[in-house]
Order: sequence, then C-alpha cells, then structure tokens
Amino acid sequence: MEVYLDNSATTRVIEPVRDVVVRTMTEDYGNPSSLHRKGFEAESYIKTARMDIAKTLKAQMKEIYFTSGGTESNNMAIIGAAMANKRRGNHIITTTIEHASVYNVFGFLENEGFRVSYVPVDEHGHVRLDELENVLDDETILVSAMYVNNEIGSVNPIAEIGTLIKKKVPHALFHVDAIQAYGKYRIYPQRMGIDLLSVSGHKIHGPKGTGFLYIREGTKVRPLLYGGGQQNDMRSGTDNVPGVAGLGVAAVEMYTRFEEKIDHLYQIKELFIREVQTLEGTRVNGLTGRDSAPHIVSVSFEGVRSEVLLHSLEERKVYVSSGSACSSNHPAVSGTLQGIGVEKKYLDSTLRFSFSTFTTEEEICYAVDCLRELLPVLRRYSRR
Amino acid sequence: MVQVFLIKYAEIAIKGKNRYLFEDALVRQMRQKLYKIDGQFKVFKESGRVYVKAEGAFDYDETVDCLQKIFGIVAICPIVQKSKMNFEELKKEVLAHVEKEYPDKNFTFKMFCRRVDKSFPMESNDVNAALGEAILEAFPETKVDVHDPQVKINVELRPTLVNIYSKSIPGQGGMPAGTAGKATLLLSGGIDSPVAGYMIAKRGVTLDAVYFHAPPYTSERAKEKVVDLAKLVSVYTGPIRLHVINFTEIQLYIYDQCPHDELTIIMRRYMMRIAEKIAEESGSLGLITGESLGQVASQTIQSLAVTNEVCKLPVYRPLIAFDKDDIVKIAKKINTFETSILPYEDCCTIFVAKHPVTKPIVKAIAKSEENLAEKIDEMVERALDTREVIEVQA
Repeated sequence: MEVYLDNSATTRVIEPVRDVVVRTMTEDYGNPSSLHRKGFEAESYIKTARMDIAKTLKAQMKEIYFTSGGTESNNMAIIGAAMANKRRGNHIITTTIEHASVYNVFGFLENEGFRVSYVPVDEHGHVRLDELENVLDDETILVSAMYVNNEIGSVNPIAEIGTLIKKKVPHALFHVDAIQAYGKYRIYPQRMGIDLLSVSGHKIHGPKGTGFLYIREGTKVRPLLYGGGQQNDMRSGTDNVPGVAGLGVAAVEMYTRFEEKIDHLYQIKELFIREVQTLEGTRVNGLTGRDSAPHIVSVSFEGVRSEVLLHSLEERKVYVSSGSACSSNHPAVSGTLQGIGVEKKYLDSTLRFSFSTFTTEEEICYAVDCLRELLPVLRRYSRR
Repeated sequence: MVQVFLIKYAEIAIKGKNRYLFEDALVRQMRQKLYKIDGQFKVFKESGRVYVKAEGAFDYDETVDCLQKIFGIVAICPIVQKSKMNFEELKKEVLAHVEKEYPDKNFTFKMFCRRVDKSFPMESNDVNAALGEAILEAFPETKVDVHDPQVKINVELRPTLVNIYSKSIPGQGGMPAGTAGKATLLLSGGIDSPVAGYMIAKRGVTLDAVYFHAPPYTSERAKEKVVDLAKLVSVYTGPIRLHVINFTEIQLYIYDQCPHDELTIIMRRYMMRIAEKIAEESGSLGLITGESLGQVASQTIQSLAVTNEVCKLPVYRPLIAFDKDDIVKIAKKINTFETSILPYEDCCTIFVAKHPVTKPIVKAIAKSEENLAEKIDEMVERALDTREVIEVQA
C-alpha cells in the first residue's frame, strides 16, 4: 500500500483538473491576448476560473490576480504593498512563524530600509494579539500573518487580527498567507479585514506553478513584473491558460460538498492522533481537534532522528515530511517549533503528517502500524 | 573553418617498445571524447606526432576544453599546418600568423625552427635568423629575447608538412586511460574519494567503484549524489562501474555486537573486505581510498594499519599526505566539490561514537570481531549478492 501523507507539501492533481489542463494545452491552446477566436476561447477559460475563484471568496472577479504560485503571491503582496505605500510609513509587521516565502521577503525589505517588527506566538502557535497591538503604530503600512501554519497546523484568529489592525491603524494593509488554509476554511476577505490574500494551486489538487493573489479593490500594490500589461497591468506575462483553468476547477472542487470533506479530514486527523498517542515516547505538537487545521499533525518522536524515521517510512511507501526545517538542508530557518516552545531534543525528531480528502482510515492505520514497528528498532540504534 | 591542433604528450615517448600501445590508447581516447561534441574531427598520427584536425561546426573553446580533460595530453598547440613550401612562402605564413594572433605587437620573441626535412635548403639557425629579421622588420614594436622570450614561435619543417605555432595550452598530463589496468575505488559522498579516484585514473588506471549505502539512515538522495560524483569523475576517467552495497544490516550487527568506540574502525575493515571481494571478481589489482593521514579518527596511522591489515591487495591512497585545502583545490578543479558538499549524511557518520578509538590495536579489534563470527559471513555474502550495479558514464 502506498500512503501519501505529505499533502501540505503538494497534492495529487484530480482528474477534472488534469482534463482541463490537457484540453487547454492541446485543443484550446490560444493566447488570450490574441484577437482571433482561438484567443477568445482561451480567454473564456481564464474568465471562468476567475469567476469561480472569486465566488469562493465572495469577492469580485477583478480582485483576483493569477500568479505562478504561493511564493510569487506572497512576494507580490508584500513587496508590492510596501513599495506602493512607503510614503505613508516605513513600518511593516509579520510574525515569527511565517513560511520562508514571507519571512525572507521581510528580510529583503529590512535590508532595503524598512523597519520590521516580528510578532511572537503563544504556545499554541497563535499570534499574540497583545504584542501585535503594541507594535502597531501610525507608521505601519502592512501586516502579514499566515492563516494556517504549514508545520504544526495552528490557525490564527484572522478576523480578530483584521479587526485589531483596522481599529488601530485604519490605513495599514493586512496580508494573509492562506496557502495552507484555502480549501480548508471559508475565507471571506471583505468581512475579515483582509486586503491581500495568497493562495497556491498545487496544495488544493491543482497544477504546480499556479496560484493567485486576492487584492481588495482600491488597494495600492506595485507590480513586480512589467511587460505586455496583462491582468490589468498588475502582472504582465502571457496568461497561463492551462494552469489557471486547472486552478479554477480545483478551487470549485475544494468547496463542493465542503463540510462533508472537512468532517472527513477531522475524522482522519482525530483517528491518527488517537492511534499515534498509543505509541510510547510520542508527543503531538500544537492544538488538536477543531481548534487546529483539519489536515496537519506535527508529532515528535523521542530519541529518533526525523530524517531516519522518514526514510524508514519511505521504505514502507509511507511518505511524510520532516517536521521542522531545522532538520532539513536549511539549518535554523524555521522558528515554528521553537516559537511554540518545543524542547530542543524534539526539534530534530519531529515529523509532519498531512492529509487530503482522499486519505482513508485504512491508510492511517497502516502508517501507524509502520511507526509502531519502526520506533523500537530505530531507538535501539542511535548515536551513543 | 579548419583548425589543427598539435597534441603533445610527454611520458608516453619514453615507453620503449610499448610506445605504440600508449599512443593508440591516446588516439582512441581522443576520438571517443571528440565524438561527443559538435564538429568533425580527424585524429591522426604522423611520424611521432598526434594531430587533431577540427572542421565543420566545431567550437574552438569546447574543443580545447574537451582535449584538456584527456589524460596523457601534456599540451595542446593550435597550429597553422600547410604542406611543404619554400622559404618565401614560409615567411609569408609566419608573418600572417604573428599578425593574426598578436594584435598588440609589443612583445619579446624567439624563433624555434625544427628542420626534420633535411632537403630544405636552409639550416635551422639560418631559418631562425631570417624569420626573426622578417618579423622585426614587419613589426618594429617587437623585440628579440633569446633568454626569456614572451612568445616562442615554432616552425617545424617536416617531410611533407609545415607547422607554425606559438601557443601552448596545458593539458591534464598523466597517462592515457585504459593503459594501466584496473583498480576499485571506495567512493563515498565526500570531497576526498572522488579526488583519489581521479588521481589514480590519471595514471592510466581504469576505475570500478564501490559505494556503501545504508538505508534508511542514508537517503536515496545520498546515493544519487554518489552516482553524480561518479559521473563527474568519469568525465576524465571514462566509464565507471559503480557497485552499490547495502551495508545497513552489517552496520547494525556491528553496533549490536562490538564496543561502540570501535564501530567505525570495524565497519571500515568490513568495507575493505567487501571492496576487495568486488575487486577480485572484476580483475582489479588494487583498492583506492581517499584517506588522508590524521584527517579523522579512522585515518590515524594506527587506524590505517588496522584497516589495511584485512586486505591482501595493495591499497592506493593518493591523498595520504595531502592537506584538506589541497584536496579541495583539486576537487574544485575537477568540478566535484560543489556536489561533494551537498548535505546528505553518509554511512560513516550516522552512528559515529562521541569518542571513537584513535589508536586501535589489531589484536583488540580482531578480538571484538570475533563477536561477529556467527552471522557476519552470511551477511557479507548477502550484501554482495544484493548489490546494485550502475554503469556510470559522463
């Protein structure tokens, strides 16, 4: 049995997405910028996707800008907003547990002369609202916070953060990295005080190299890419018709029979946590149950190196991620586990399991059985 | 466009009656390597000289780069090659050569004439004098310096050909691949072993390689990295047969049965034993390691003595007296460094003790190995039987 529990890294493309991608590559392959019918037909795919996606956010079509994925969306939102609003102020805010595609962008802007505040999180991985309130000032032009944390699945109180920002500094923009949240939560930017929202396609069973940025109407953002003036001059470059069409279909699919799917994910997650807690020397990081994201669980295994456990699971065709970027090839980039106060000895012993709606109870039981088998062996052979 | 290169080789010239074997091997290597790049190439021998004639869509730099990676070539000289001619024609050609190759004429030079064709009416010294004069006259900025010239202008008057050249591009040196038997390289993912393999191969030795893989402690990517390294080394050495041995079972057994501080040294002894078995079956006449004296606990003079003791074949350790910096320099030169430093763990480091023995004694280690007697032979057999063989070629 092959068990893919790395759906926060990427997901399998679903059939209807594949079909529309193939169709727009081989039949309706026109360039939407072309004046002839072939171009017009291609354009209609973009229009449909834009409309479908806007609907899921209760947003307007013109507020959706397609990008090459989460990283570009985050870059465009943060750099674009900071550059366009720097006359108003020089202060930008983010949190200590952001993804590299936000964190490193703030590092870049810091080097460019912006004043950056990093707001810490509490032991559950939630942004400290009191700390945020303290650092917000008249100079603040942008706050960026992730909706769902990619390492431990903690969920920020986005609406509360939005309200707080708009109350204290009405002109400050609020960017939300929703890459792990879109398709798992109903997100309505208008009501939640969100001005900019990043989404990636391949996390929701869409194609890689796709994504979008929601930009609330009237928000000043400077483009990153210049050229032919596509997408209202905000993001030049020939429209990625197959990608966008696929993304649109994936988005619709995510929000079809939505509650049912989310319930399934939570059942899977609860089953996994219940089972994994029967194993000795394990520890689930962050909150569990409905207070956390439905598809991510972070587990520390005492006395086992995550990389070794990962490869042992791989031999049994169970695919997961190591839980903290600390143990992968970029030492100490991530602060999530440290941020929520996980002890040092667990940092290198943590795996992330992430589910999709296709994950079955049988797969979960198989994965936990593998763990049950492997842990004692791996603990016996450790560095002395 | 046509460009002829004169290929200089040094040591081959002294190999007596075997000389043609070495020359033929060199020519074969050159044909094989040049075949893979754009252009038409003719490699030919003419009275003790090897030439490459490049025609068609060849790229000068790519051609030189390709020749520079072939063992046995000491220098590559781009030459003007014409058929036999009289002095006046020769003078014209030499002047044209200087005109074309040296836009800035402010240099010192010396003429070197070799008159192989004794029917040429002037003697070498007269040719030198006459040509030198002609150059000085045509390009007044130039100067003659017979002791330390900046440019050496060579004119070779051969029985049917005339060669004119003044540039010499350094080659790899060494001996042509495939002229000195075979040896088996213990290849890890580190910086040293690829360099060691390269150095021995440079003496004409064909390489086989062994890599010890320890899943799940070492990842697929670590193995891929070793394959990539073998590929980079094979740019110089020619095809390498890489044996991937699954070493996990043996490693864990040693871990269970032997004192922990001796784990690495015992492990290395088994690696040598296994490598020797592979070497014997493939006709290798030696083992090659990247060991460098004192670099780590398992490479002290005592540890090497203990490791060495298990094999009968000679173990070549070309880096034995090298400092790390010097090894890194070669690794950078042969382009393996960047790959070597990718951060994947290799099987030597995963269980390494905090304080491994640095001065092991053969007797004590052999005694510890007695604890392995029950299963180790069978495990070594299994490791050999289940090996994966990858033919690596650049």
